Amino acid sequence: MSHLLREHAPITEAGWWLIDDEARERLQPALAARRLVDFAGPHGWQRSSTNLGRVRALAGGAGDGVSASQRRVLEMVELRASFAVARSELRDADRGAGDIDLDTLDRAARAIAAAENRAVFHGLKSAAITGITEASTHKAIALGKDCERYPRHVARAVEALLDAGVGGPYGLALGPEIYTRVLQTAEHGGYPLLDHVREIVGGPIVWAPGLDGGVVVSQRGGDFVLEIGEDLSIGYERHDAEVVELYIEESLTFRVLTEDAALALTG
Amino acid sequence: MGICDDAPVGFDSYHEPPDELPAETRTFARLCASLTEEAEAIDWYHQRLAIEKDREARAVMLDALGEEFKHFCMDLEFLLRRAPLWREIAKGILFKEGDIVEHGEESEERAVEGEAAQGAPLAGSESLGIGGRQGAAR
Repeated sequence: MSHLLREHAPITEAGWWLIDDEARERLQPALAARRLVDFAGPHGWQRSSTNLGRVRALAGGAGDGVSASQRRVLEMVELRASFAVARSELRDADRGAGDIDLDTLDRAARAIAAAENRAVFHGLKSAAITGITEASTHKAIALGKDCERYPRHVARAVEALLDAGVGGPYGLALGPEIYTRVLQTAEHGGYPLLDHVREIVGGPIVWAPGLDGGVVVSQRGGDFVLEIGEDLSIGYERHDAEVVELYIEESLTFRVLTEDAALALTG
Repeated sequence: MGICDDAPVGFDSYHEPPDELPAETRTFARLCASLTEEAEAIDWYHQRLAIEKDREARAVMLDALGEEFKHFCMDLEFLLRRAPLWREIAKGILFKEGDIVEHGEESEERAVEGEAAQGAPLAGSESLGIGGRQGAAR
């Protein structure tokens, strides 16, 4: 049995299928960062840190004539989003009901996906993770409210990356509000704005809950690494006569290897 | 040959202690067994049809053979959905003209490399198996 303790949950095989499938369905479209950055892992729950290959000198050394330095590592962060499922709903699922209430699971999936995206795009200071937009050495470009000008802004971002010697194709992540705005807009002549922007970047355009504004990211590889210890999993917390309390969990860390390989777009 | 949801896979079909196998692995084993049975049934009808001369009997058996084809395809699709690496390799081989062996070698190499880069779940992991999403449609 793993640390997830799934076998202790009063949930049938069919119930676990339902819960896992629903979680996958909700998580996959929201995991925007995974579509744009390199993925390393999963390395398992026991992975605690990433080797940075660097050291810091220890003042005073370790004795007469002996210097000392300590390895620097980036420690894994555990993300967890809790949810509860009514046992009556699980019983209905076992009877074949097709409209099971899994709203709290959906919210937890959305929350943990947004948290992962936020850590990648904006960083997580308390865990020493620097995000893509924070690390970028380029001056951010303001998108403004006029959607029809977005292709021009994105083209400027691509040009800035090219000027810095950062090759494409490029991907574009957009926060939900801006993504919806772009999706709803057609340019003069009815050409969808989304298609125009896609032609400029040459790579994917992704809906990114947790991201403020947007970011153009090189897709050549080797610039950004999302490192996963335990990949997204569902575990068991406790239960009573009414509900089963579960959680979605993962462990991760993130590194920017090339600071100028992305350019932030502010909303 | 029909699929019976409640039928357990016979104990001798497991190669590891069934109690230690996760539910997903036991379901996968049931569908593998079903796929094998459908393939056998296809072979049986194929042989019978090769020698049967009676038109009416042939029509009945041809209809039955169509059912077996359908069941086989449904089993296969289920298994491919649950085994992403298998699905990726199948994509490079099925419904393609040309050299089957060549397609197989190329597809395996491409899919295994892609799987390694995209973070296949660790053996024995109970994760959701999402991994990396580069190249995903959405």
